Amino acid sequence: MFLLEEAVSQGPQFFWLAPWIVAIPVIGLLFNILFGARLPEKVVGWVASLASGLAFVVAVLLAVSLASNHEGQVVTLAEWIHIGDFTVRWAFQVDTLSVTMMLLVSGVGTLIHIYSIGYMHEDVRHNGDPKRFRRFFVYLNLFIAAMMILVSSDNYLMLFVGWEGVGLCSYLLIGFWYEKGKDGIGNSLAAKKAMIANRVGDFGVLLALFIMFWGFGSLDFHTVFEKAPEVAGAAPWVIGAITLAFLLGVTGKSAQIPLYVWLPDAMAGPTPVSALIHAATMVTAGVYLVTRSAALYDLAPDVQTIVALVGAVTALFAATIAVGQFDIKKVLAYSTVSQLGFMVAAVGMGAYTAGMFHLIAHAFFKGLLFLASGSVILGVERGHHHVEHDAHLKKTIKGHGHDFDPQDMRNMGGMRHTMKVTFWVYLIGSLALAGIFPFAGFWSKDEILLDAYLHNQTVFILLLLAAFLTAFYMTRQVLLVFFGKPRSAAAEHAKESPPVMTVPLIILAILSVFGGVLNLPVFHTFGHWLEHTLEGLEAQEFSLLVAATATLASLLAILLGWWLYSRRYNQQQELPVAKRPDDPLRQILGPVFTALNNKWWVDELYQLIIIRPYAWLSNFLAEQVDWRFWHDWFHEKVIANGYTGLSYFLADKFDMRVIDGAANGLATVTQQFAGGLRRLQTGYVRNYALSIFLGLVLIMAYLFFR
Amino acid sequence: MVPVEYYLGLSIVLFVMGAVGVLIRRNAIIIFMSIELMLNAANLAFVAYAYEYQQISGQIFVFFVMAVAAAEVAVGLALIVAIFHTKQSIDVDEINLLKG
Repeated sequence: MFLLEEAVSQGPQFFWLAPWIVAIPVIGLLFNILFGARLPEKVVGWVASLASGLAFVVAVLLAVSLASNHEGQVVTLAEWIHIGDFTVRWAFQVDTLSVTMMLLVSGVGTLIHIYSIGYMHEDVRHNGDPKRFRRFFVYLNLFIAAMMILVSSDNYLMLFVGWEGVGLCSYLLIGFWYEKGKDGIGNSLAAKKAMIANRVGDFGVLLALFIMFWGFGSLDFHTVFEKAPEVAGAAPWVIGAITLAFLLGVTGKSAQIPLYVWLPDAMAGPTPVSALIHAATMVTAGVYLVTRSAALYDLAPDVQTIVALVGAVTALFAATIAVGQFDIKKVLAYSTVSQLGFMVAAVGMGAYTAGMFHLIAHAFFKGLLFLASGSVILGVERGHHHVEHDAHLKKTIKGHGHDFDPQDMRNMGGMRHTMKVTFWVYLIGSLALAGIFPFAGFWSKDEILLDAYLHNQTVFILLLLAAFLTAFYMTRQVLLVFFGKPRSAAAEHAKESPPVMTVPLIILAILSVFGGVLNLPVFHTFGHWLEHTLEGLEAQEFSLLVAATATLASLLAILLGWWLYSRRYNQQQELPVAKRPDDPLRQILGPVFTALNNKWWVDELYQLIIIRPYAWLSNFLAEQVDWRFWHDWFHEKVIANGYTGLSYFLADKFDMRVIDGAANGLATVTQQFAGGLRRLQTGYVRNYALSIFLGLVLIMAYLFFR
Repeated sequence: MVPVEYYLGLSIVLFVMGAVGVLIRRNAIIIFMSIELMLNAANLAFVAYAYEYQQISGQIFVFFVMAVAAAEVAVGLALIVAIFHTKQSIDVDEINLLKG
């Protein structure tokens, strides 16, 4: 008792606030649902941002509490399921890992909320439906709430609720402009694709939960991790099956091979969504899941190797595709897939600190890059709008149609003059992503490469190549968008975004520059912070060899990129339109570039080997089995006709003949019998007297001869 | 002293006469008289045994039977008069109102 009091008295205690991390965004979204329709846009946006901001404050208070009480605490809100010995609670696990995610989600989330106030103000007008402004913020708050449930739960079932919740928000926000896109249905299809790809992954998570329930009899983190060595000794395959099934969930949510295909299409959503959900937070849920389940993964080394290889292969594969894209957001999307591959590879090798560190750094600079790309897109839109409505300009510029794509990098160029702030923050984000010293990306990526170098050489080589390509495609993108001459009138007349958008960009840019201090070599601040939650973390010593190799690769890639996209590209711009290649790489790589541009035809491959047979099978099941066999033959012929026949038989033959025959027959027999008896009633007294007499004689005779 | 068998034999003869009378005669009055004959045959048997066994109850039964017979005659004759009023006949073969 005395000890407990002493523990309580150490430092500030805010653990009881934990449920509010979910409740505050929920209150925000309820407020906007109920009153948002009558309030001006500004209020709606700021209420949503405030909800997210307050969640951040709660997260900070939790972090402060953790600073003095490293062990953390589980705050139970309610009991959810209680069947026999099996109990699932709504409980919030406050420890260093979950609070790290909370800080990240609410912190980056708040910046993106604020940015969205400016972005959506224009986006809803460009797309012609200002009413959707409120809906956007409701979805965004719902996402924050679901993500908080995911990261703060103390058991796998509550985590799964959050896991599904963020999937739902992702679906809703990808399809935000559901009537837009290719053929007016493209965005809806993208949303559906994300939903279905995630469902396949969620199936894996569910499977893992079932096996876990079977093997452990509990879904609580604490119980499961405590029992894990015991179960691993008794039935090793249980741990292997759970971790493998989780890996399927990770490939779905964190967009790894083979389920990554939904993430690039998810760019159909508004850009802040791409930044928040599809770059910074939701897609990292898979990395969080593996890190959280570290105790299980550590017991299954084979699965760990698979995870690491999946991550590394995805990192390289997605990086190659990013090289061949022209859509500014598609490049970033494939880059996200690639960077997620880095993180998954890291946690697969047991380098949880490196994985989580890169997760945070990536959230900063990729969030920044997406938001900045949104700023670029809106800038081009503004320029386009300006040109459209200026009669004089319109006459002088030819070939300027309505099918203008504001996201195509071939329509940009030279925008460093028109959008200065956006240019600088974009440059910082790109350098951080490319892993240039001393930006955040350098430190986090270096740590992953170092772990790979020490643990798994194959993964190291794959990741190094991916890092090289990362630097290359980012150089390509920056040069195509911001340097050279404007390649369209819209780019020439682009305008900078308002401060409500640029201020969050600047904050994220600062974080991207200084994010590295979280876990500098020698100090390992972040590693020590996570050590309170995860056991057996190893802090690697800084290796100059690895750092130098990685930096050299990046610099080489930047040089190559500069040579191709600054020198050669500008020379080629002088050529007449017919001879001018759209990308200098196309000349060098030829068909390979076409393959990159077409994403290695993976979508087409999936179409061919999965969707077409699946559609054929569905069609077969629907047309032949369901319609013709079940409906036409079984229901119509067998059941309906059989029933009619049986009814006819029962009604006509059985009811009419047998039942009615029996009833009528009984009546007829009774009538005839009565008719016979009737004759006895002659009415003559003498007959009656005679019968009485005879009866008497009979009775007498009976009594006499008895 | 006349033995009881003689009384009983007379009683049987009287009863059979009465019964045959009821069955074969058509005149309602005659039938009535035959019924009285049967009743009195029974009375004779009662009295004979009452005397034989020196039991007074047999004699009392006879009184009851006589009383009931008197009442029956009163009702029966009234019925016959009523039937004669409607049918102008007391031939029982013409009276078949109870025919089903």
